[in-house]
Parts: sequence; C-alpha cells; structure tokens
Amino acid sequence: MATVSEGEQRVWTRKDLIGLEDLSRDELDMILDTAPQFLAVSERESGIKKVPVLQGRLVVNWFYEPSTRTRTSFELAAKRLSADTLTMNVAASSAKKGETLHDTLYNIEAMHTDIVVIRHSAAGASRILAERHPSHIINAGDGAHEHPTQALLDAFTIRQHVRRTRGDGRAGLDGLRVAIIGDIAHSRVARSNVWGLTKLGASVVLCGPRTLLPDAFTRLGVDVTSDLREAIDGADVIYVLRIQMERQSKCLFPSIREYIRLFRIDNESLKAAKPDALIMHPGPINRDVELSSEVADGPRNVILEQVTNGVAVRMAVMHLLVNKPRVTA
Amino acid sequence: MSVVIKNGHVIDPASNTSAPLDVLIIGDRIARIGTDLRGSEVLDATGCIVCPGLVDIHVHFREPGFESKETIATGSRAAARGGFTSVVTMPNTEPPIDNGGMVEFVNRRARETACIKIWPAAAATKGRAGAEMTEMAELKAVGAVAVTDDGSDIASSWVLRRCLEYADMCGLTYLGHCEDASLVQGGAMNAGLNSTKLGLSGMPKAMEEIAVARLVRLAKLTGAKVHVCHVSSAGSVEIVRWAKARGVRVTCETAPHYFTLTDDAVTTFDTNAKRNPPLREAEDVAAIKEGLQDGSIDCIATDHAPHTPTEKDVEFDYAPFGIVGLETSLGLVVTELVEPGILTMEQAIRLMTWAPAQILDLPAGKLEQDGPADVTVFDPHAEWTVAPETFLSRSRNTPFAGRVLRGQVKAALCDGRFAYREA
Amino acid sequence: MNEADNSPEMTVVMDHEAIDAALRRIAQEIVADSEALSDVALLGILSRGRPLAERLAACIEGLTGTRPRVGSLATTLYRDDLRSGRVPATVGNETHFDFDVDGMTVILVDDVIAAGRTIRAALDEVMDYGRPQRIQLACLVDRGLRELPIQPDYLGWSLATAPNDHVAVRIREIDGEDAVLLERGVSSAADEETK
Repeated sequence: MATVSEGEQRVWTRKDLIGLEDLSRDELDMILDTAPQFLAVSERESGIKKVPVLQGRLVVNWFYEPSTRTRTSFELAAKRLSADTLTMNVAASSAKKGETLHDTLYNIEAMHTDIVVIRHSAAGASRILAERHPSHIINAGDGAHEHPTQALLDAFTIRQHVRRTRGDGRAGLDGLRVAIIGDIAHSRVARSNVWGLTKLGASVVLCGPRTLLPDAFTRLGVDVTSDLREAIDGADVIYVLRIQMERQSKCLFPSIREYIRLFRIDNESLKAAKPDALIMHPGPINRDVELSSEVADGPRNVILEQVTNGVAVRMAVMHLLVNKPRVTA
Repeated sequence: MSVVIKNGHVIDPASNTSAPLDVLIIGDRIARIGTDLRGSEVLDATGCIVCPGLVDIHVHFREPGFESKETIATGSRAAARGGFTSVVTMPNTEPPIDNGGMVEFVNRRARETACIKIWPAAAATKGRAGAEMTEMAELKAVGAVAVTDDGSDIASSWVLRRCLEYADMCGLTYLGHCEDASLVQGGAMNAGLNSTKLGLSGMPKAMEEIAVARLVRLAKLTGAKVHVCHVSSAGSVEIVRWAKARGVRVTCETAPHYFTLTDDAVTTFDTNAKRNPPLREAEDVAAIKEGLQDGSIDCIATDHAPHTPTEKDVEFDYAPFGIVGLETSLGLVVTELVEPGILTMEQAIRLMTWAPAQILDLPAGKLEQDGPADVTVFDPHAEWTVAPETFLSRSRNTPFAGRVLRGQVKAALCDGRFAYREA
Repeated sequence: MNEADNSPEMTVVMDHEAIDAALRRIAQEIVADSEALSDVALLGILSRGRPLAERLAACIEGLTGTRPRVGSLATTLYRDDLRSGRVPATVGNETHFDFDVDGMTVILVDDVIAAGRTIRAALDEVMDYGRPQRIQLACLVDRGLRELPIQPDYLGWSLATAPNDHVAVRIREIDGEDAVLLERGVSSAADEETK
C-alpha cells in the first residue's frame, strides 16, 4: 500500500472494505482524512445535502441480519452521494429458496451493480464474495468477525473530539487509552475497534465477564481484565458494548442484575474514570443495562455524534472504493 | 474471663509448632501461647494434644428442607464433639443455597443456633440444575466461601467451563463433586468382585476418574481454582498428582472411610456403608494413604451426610447415599493413620486444620497470639467405642458402630467459649 | 499547479506589480458592477483562488469601506473526472463559507481558467447550497483552450496558449512570491491538468 509523508498524496487501491485487520495505518488515515468533507455535506443547512460523487451508480444493501441503524446509515450515505440504492430483504429473497451466496450475487451483478454492502451472520461471508466478484464489497458485519465501518466512524469520532478539545487540527489517536466494555467474545465491533485503534496508536483494554472475554486478545498487544474499575481508570474513551440478553440463557453470565452490578457504566462506576473521559456506544442502547439513563442522556457521551459521523465515514468509504482519488496527507 | 489450657502438647502446623506449651485465652482471642501461663479457669490438658480447632470443608447440615436428618444447630454440636470449630456447609438443601438470600439465611441460622463457625458454600448453578450459573459476585459479597453443585456433578462441560471462569473472576474456588452420572444408571456400590457377587449394580471407578480428569483439564484451560471432593480411587489420586505437577490450581480431599474401609463393608448389605462415591478396594485404600503421605491429597474432609434411620432402614438399592462423619473423624485419623505410622500426628493435624483452611482462605486452622480462640483438646490415647446412639448428630448412619478407636476430644472452644466439653 | 520550476525557459508573463494592478482593476470593476456590496460574496476556488479572493475583498474594502464576504470552494466532489486518479483531493482545504448564498451575488474567484470544467463543478456546488441571485466569475489568467461555454466576467490577463504549454501561477500566500510564468512547447505530461 502507499506510504505517506506530510503533503504527499496517497492513492486508494483496494476494491473492497472487508475488515480493518488488513488495512495499514495509512489506509485508515486516508479514510479518516476523506470523511470531513462529507460531514460538511450532511451539515449543509439551507442547501441540498448531496454531492454527485456516485451519480448514476448503484449501491445494493444486502442484509441477511436485521439491522435498522446500519442499513439506514449506508442507504443515506449512498443517497447523499447521488447513487441509486436498492435494499435486499433477505427473508423474501431467493436465499430462502436455497440459492447460494455466490449465485445470489451473480444474479445481482447481472443487473450491473457497483457497490454491494453486505451484512451476514457468517464470519468471512464478505471476503469470499470480494474474492470472486467484481463488485465493490463493503462488509457491514460478518458474524462476530469484523464491522469495519463502525470502527472507522468510532475512530473518526474520537479524532474529531481530540482535535476540537486540543485545538490541534492534526492531532490523532496516538497515546490515547480506550476501554471497551461488554460482551467482547461475540462482538465484531470490538474486534474491528481493536484493529483500528491499535493501528492508529491508541492502547486498548478489553473488559467484561471472564466468560465473554477471550484472553487470547492479549497476544494482540491488548490488555484484558474483568475488573471494571481497573479498566476505566485512566481511560480517555470508554466504549460500551450492548449486552445481549440471550447470552444469559447460554450460561455466560448469571443474570442482568449481576451484569449491571459489575459492569454497568453509570455515575457511580464512572467515579473511577477521568472526569473528561468520552463515553461511546455503537447502539442501540439497552437503557439502564450496560449504560444508565443518566449517562446515556448526559453530556459526556458522543453517541449521537457517532451516528452522524457514520454517514460521513460511509460516504468516504464508498467514494474511495469507486473513485480511487488521491488523498493528500 | 480467661481460660488457660495447661500441660498439654501444642501442635500448630501453620507455625510448625509441636511442643509442650500452655494456651491462654482471654475473651474470644488467644492471648498467649507459652509456658507457665495463668488464667481464671484452668483446663488441664495433661496427656492431651492442644491444636487449632479442626476444620472440615465438606459437611451437609441439611437446613433448610431436611431438618429431620440434621440442622445447623445439631450439626454444629456434633462437629464440636468431634473437635471441629469451623465447617463449610454444602448447598444441596431444599431450597438450595443458590442466591444471596439463602446464603444470608444460613448465616442468620448459624448466628442464632450454631456453637461453632459455619462457612456456607453456595451452588454453582441455579437450582443445582446444571444449566444457568448463579450470581456468584453477589454470593461472594454476602459470605459464600466457595461454589459447588455437590450432591451431583455439572453434566455439561460447556456449563462447567463457564462456571469455572466466572467463579475465578469472582475469586471463588469451585468444589467438584466428580461423577459422570451418564456412565451408570442406578449404581449402589463399587463395581468389582463384591458387586458381582452381591448382584448389586456397580459404580466403576471410571465414573469418578473421568470427571476428575475433565475438571482438572478445564481448570488448566481456564486457569481457575478447583478442589476435588471426596477422592475415593487410586486413579483419581493419580490424576490430581499429574495435574499438580503441571501447575494446575487443583487441591483435593478424602474422607476417613476411604482410608479405612473397602467395599467388603457392604457385603452385609449394611446401608450405613452406602456412599457416593462408594467404598472401593484395597488398592484404592493404599493409594489414598500414599496420597495423604506425599501431599497429593491436601486435606481430610468428612462429607458428613446425615440420613434418618428410617430412610436408611430399607433395601440397599433404595437407601440414600451417605455416612455421618464428624464425631468419628479424629478417632479414625489417629487409629488408622497415626498409630500405624502412616502419618505423624503433626501431619495428621495439618490435614485437618491449616490445610483445609488455606484451600478456601478461611480465617481458621491455626493457633496464634491475637487470633480467634478456636482450640481443640484431645487425648490421642483415650480409647473409646463408637456408639451411634450417643451421637450429638440427629442421625446415626455410620458403618463404624462398635468400632474401638483411640483419640477422643476432651474439649473444643470456639471464640473462647466451650462448644464442647467432655462431661 | 506544478511546483517550482525556475528554468530559464519560463517567461514571466505577469510580475507582482502586474498582478496587483490586475486585482485592483478587477476590484474596481466589481464595485462598479454591483448595486449593493453587502449582497456580494467572493468564493475562492481552492487552493489559490482563496488568497486571491481575500486580496480582492481587501481592495474592495479599500475602495468602498465595505468588505464583501469571503469563502472557499473545494469543487473536488463535483468534478466530472473523479475517477481519473489524477485529481488531487483537497483534504484540510474543504469547502467553507459561513453565509447563506440565497439571493446573493456570488463571484467565483480562480487563478487560471482553461477548459472551464472546474468552474462548471463550482457552479454545481454553489447551486447545491442554495439559489444565488447571480453568479459571476473573476479570473487572474485566461489561457484559452475552452471546452465548455464558460467565460470570466472579470479578467486579469488573457494569454493564448497551446495545450502543451505550461502555465504556472505563484501566489505569495502559498508560493512565497507573486508571478505568472509561461513555458512554451515542451512540458512534462504529468502536469497537464484540465482547468
């Protein structure tokens, strides 16, 4: 991939965005550097919130797993780039009739698509499609494996915040401490964030019940603990994951009550954290389970900013994949 | 108010003390251990051993739900008579001790009715059903000292593994009743020559050994701390020894009947010898003794399991498993292990005091200045015959009736008060 | 534009005095042409159009006491050649202006006009922000070679060039000096940019 020095221009070369594990720091920076201009598009007050970047192109949203927020974010991103969009409702599609993943995509491509955004419950689904098909594949979540655009918008949100508070337009994530709390084992968001944050120079600590915290993560240079106070002590960012109630029945934790007691981020547990630590959550929130209402409605969280940034980051990704522009450092 | 225990031989394994010393108790603390001590009340311990109050980390006091067999009150009195001042109670009561409220119930009943210290173990899974784990952080917070589904094993390895991880996270040790129940249906005694002759369904040693092996491997995988309960077979001792050599955080216990009896005791269809795990064979008894000698077995615990005479007075197949043990344990240890020279008295006392206390990190099992005045005085030479009808326990189910033993408790003090005193 | 190239083949077409004079003249024309300067906004097309727009605003303020509003236009996202791989993205130099374009006279300011495609993109971009009453164009240099029917309303200097001639505009705020340079004939193909 391209290397960068200040002022030099980098070129995006990848056809697809499958995950952050494969991306270099330069590539991550390219995406983060391209997003701000798209944020401005969404913020136009009196004007049209559109640019003709993908005019006439077709973006297909192919969601095997239900999702409202990610799907609408991708749809909006495509529309703001003036693309045509198509959402595949998998329940009604041929997949139910037993058509294979590949055949389905061949059929879609026969209608000349450009970008396919796919969310699937099987890890690796987007990769096998990307390798065999000419469409630009964007992974919107494959099983517990990766959710790259989520981690990108998270990194972007942190970076914007850091630049604002330090008044430094070139500041990055280097040296920041990020604590990710929750069901790490099943979280593609956690995995993508581990890749993204560590490559951008932040240090990461993962925290959750031992039964949901694979300690092999320590081999990726990440800290692991089941002690919430230890995790958030000194953290600049506290990233809270949603806990799924279904895990209780699989003997992964005894009750929501005990999860709340040990891991909830609320005013009480935040006493162990820095007063200016940023609170983030990929959404949707289980109010008063992993995050108390006071914190969810309070001033320290940037959860809604994440959503706004999500559209801009996804616009940037689509632009880079299709147009492969040069990006100045 | 002070009590001085004079002229006895003090053995305190924690400090490696074994010497003629006096012990002065003031209030609920040990004020001094030394020579020529004086106090307002004198307990003459001439010819006796003075040691820390004995610790039994595996007893069933049946309250709530089965009070006709035993209660916390009666169980504690039986324990004190046996020289025990600290016991860990198992959670297979009815309802089981699987939530904070039940742990607090046991604590309250202990405060109200027990003459010794009760340390409750709580269930590892809700209802001991082996499916969902209990709220272990809460259980620990209200005073549970360990988690176990004792009485049965957790059938699913998935569930067991998660319980180990979660217990470890909460700082709790998992006590394993190791039994692969899917191997045999309706077993009643050890599978061997005797069961074949008697025509009773046998429980092979593999039932226990498979489960012990599974537990230590999961302990290795998760790094959790586990304790194997009531080891009965040579194979189990081997597995624990193997695991310890590889750094697995495992300890184990055995009960007096496993180094005293074989399944010959069952040939008369005496239901008082019916146990789970069952009495095994001579080679197992030998291996248990060896395990006690070389440290593979960490402590002695009675698994005191009372059942009413009515319940036990049925056909062998239908009788419940269980032997009471608190009032015979010390006598059996002295007679079967110390007198034949298998263990020294110091080693034996360690296995019943400091060792079990350390496994569960209990504030017990040692004699030290300013420490709690939990002290046992016993005469290692006093000979007595086991007479179940005189037991302080509510139940009588022992296979040792009529047996002559040496080693009899003269007194047991708990927090400086006499919990038992020989009349 | 291409970077420093001080080879003797480059002729100075405009020196800094000529550039200053041209900007002053353009400012006077704008003033003469506008009814209400409060309705005038200068949008500099990045990157060199912005400092030129600032200078024009200063001149206009010197002449009238009123300083028109100034902003920047990136135009990158509106280009018709986005996929060519030859387009420099203007990261950090994004479209930025803090006024509403509805009803205003928007004057686009750029250093050089050639094919006219950049201006076409700028027109599309401005129109996506609202409905100006009037859009005009001010350029420092017109080098011909038009591909679209777009002409500047205010012009500093007209230059007839061939496609392989090389025009370099240097602006003090960016390049350290003011100059318009022309190199006839041979030029590195990589520098060919459609304007």
